[in-house]
This record gives sequence, structure tokens and C-alpha cells, in this order.
Amino acid sequence: MAHSSLSARQYLILAFVSISAPLGDTLLARGMTHMPAVTLAHPFALVAAVFTPWIAAGIALLIAFFASYLTALSWADLTFVLPATALGNVMVALLSRFWLHEVISPERWAGIVLITLGVGFVAQGPSLTERAQPAEEEPMKEVATR
Amino acid sequence: MTLPLPAALNQVTPSAWAAAAMIATVVLASTTGEVLTAAAMKSIGDLDEIRARAGMKGAIKAVVTCPLFFAGVFFLAVAFFALLFALSHLNLSLVAPAAASLTLVTNAIAGKLFLKENVDRRRWAAAVLVCVGVYLLAH
Repeated sequence: MAHSSLSARQYLILAFVSISAPLGDTLLARGMTHMPAVTLAHPFALVAAVFTPWIAAGIALLIAFFASYLTALSWADLTFVLPATALGNVMVALLSRFWLHEVISPERWAGIVLITLGVGFVAQGPSLTERAQPAEEEPMKEVATR
Repeated sequence: MTLPLPAALNQVTPSAWAAAAMIATVVLASTTGEVLTAAAMKSIGDLDEIRARAGMKGAIKAVVTCPLFFAGVFFLAVAFFALLFALSHLNLSLVAPAAASLTLVTNAIAGKLFLKENVDRRRWAAAVLVCVGVYLLAH
């Protein structure tokens, strides 16, 4: 069923997708930088890395991310979900600014502005490409075109 | 002959090529994975509706019985380990923004080509703005 305008619940799922991905990545990065460099000669060091606390926590968060990401992809386009959820990077940067009091350089502020603009662009448009539906489906709700 | 290349490309050393190859591997694998996963989820249908009808078990069953989904997860797993590998060799401030921002543009192209999504001017603009923005923010 096509939803061109999203429900509050769907926006919540998109918000969780966007915040859990950068937080999970941060945990992974934190874990990997505290490990010796992994080489092709010892690829199994990567498997051992999975069981260290930071990486395990990162993976747990990324699993939750993946479940909600799959849900989002089931009712919205990939080219809608990906830019829309990039807003999480902005949220994490702003959290680090106002909560951890990290300094944000002018370049990073520019990045924050560009992402916010981009998300504004994509969020104005329809979330799903309209397609001809199979005839046996129940009568379609009116699909908004903009 | 000198080409007007960005500074980083002018000093092409084996390690620069290796870095480019590592990043390209992450980007290609993740784009392939994203497109296959998106195609799988579209073929399954609205997960929220399936869950309302058949419960959480039904929703999980719908996903794990879709072969396309596993093809997507396979490539996403390749991308994940390629990223871990790259992170242990290269600077985080290079790998993370490069991989994340390039993936947005390759996904817009792949979404149009393979998923036949309606990538209009609005979505191109969003992909490019977010791509540059993610790069600046993560750098």
C-alpha cells in the first residue's frame, strides 16, 4: 500500500533509524581504534574484535537499526530513506556540541547546514514512487501527487 | 604533463591507491547490498501491515523467507567487514565521511537504474547536498 504522506509512527521509525546508525558507528569506531591494526595475514582478528565490549554494543545498536531500517524500506523508497535519515549525523553533532561541549569547526557547521537543507528537500517530496498496483488489491487510497 | 587533480590525488602512492581501493570496496558492496535489500523489502510489502495482520513472527517469517533479502545482507556484511578492515588501516576521518557520502550518490544512481525509483531533481539535490554535508561534518 502506497503511503505518500507518512504517519507519526513512520516518522518515529525514521527518527530511530537516523539516530541509531551514527551512534552505532561511533561505538564501532571507538572499539576499533583501541585495537591493533588488522592485516590480511590475520583476518580472524576481525572475528575477535566482534566480542570486545564497545564493538558488541555497537553491533547490538546496529541490529536494532537494521530492523527499523528494513521496516522503513518496506513503505518508502531507498532514495528517500537514505538522505532523510542522514539527519541523525546532525543530531549527533549537535548533541556533542551542547551536551559534551565539543567545538564544531566552521566546516562542520557548513556540513550541518547542507544536510539539513538536503533533508528538507527530500522530505517535501513523496516518500514512495507511485506504481501501478495489482488489480486484486483492495481499492487504493488516493495517492497525493505533488 | 600535469593534470589539475585535487591535492590528494596528485600524490598517488601505493597506499593512496590502496586507500581508494578499500573505500571503493566499501562503497560498491554497500550500494549492492542496499539496492538488493530495498528490492527485497518492496517485494515483501509494508512490514507494519504484515505485522498488524500476522504478528511479529509473521513479519520476521516474511523477511527471512525472501532469498533477495539474504543476497542483500550478504553484500551488507561484506561492506561491514570491508569497513572494519579499512578503519584499522586508514584514518577514521577519511574512511567514514568518504564511504558514507559516496554511498549516498551511488545509491541515488543505483536506485534510479535498478529500482526504477523516481529520482527527481529534488532527490538529486538532496543526495548531493547530504553527500557534501556528510563529508564536511564527518571530516
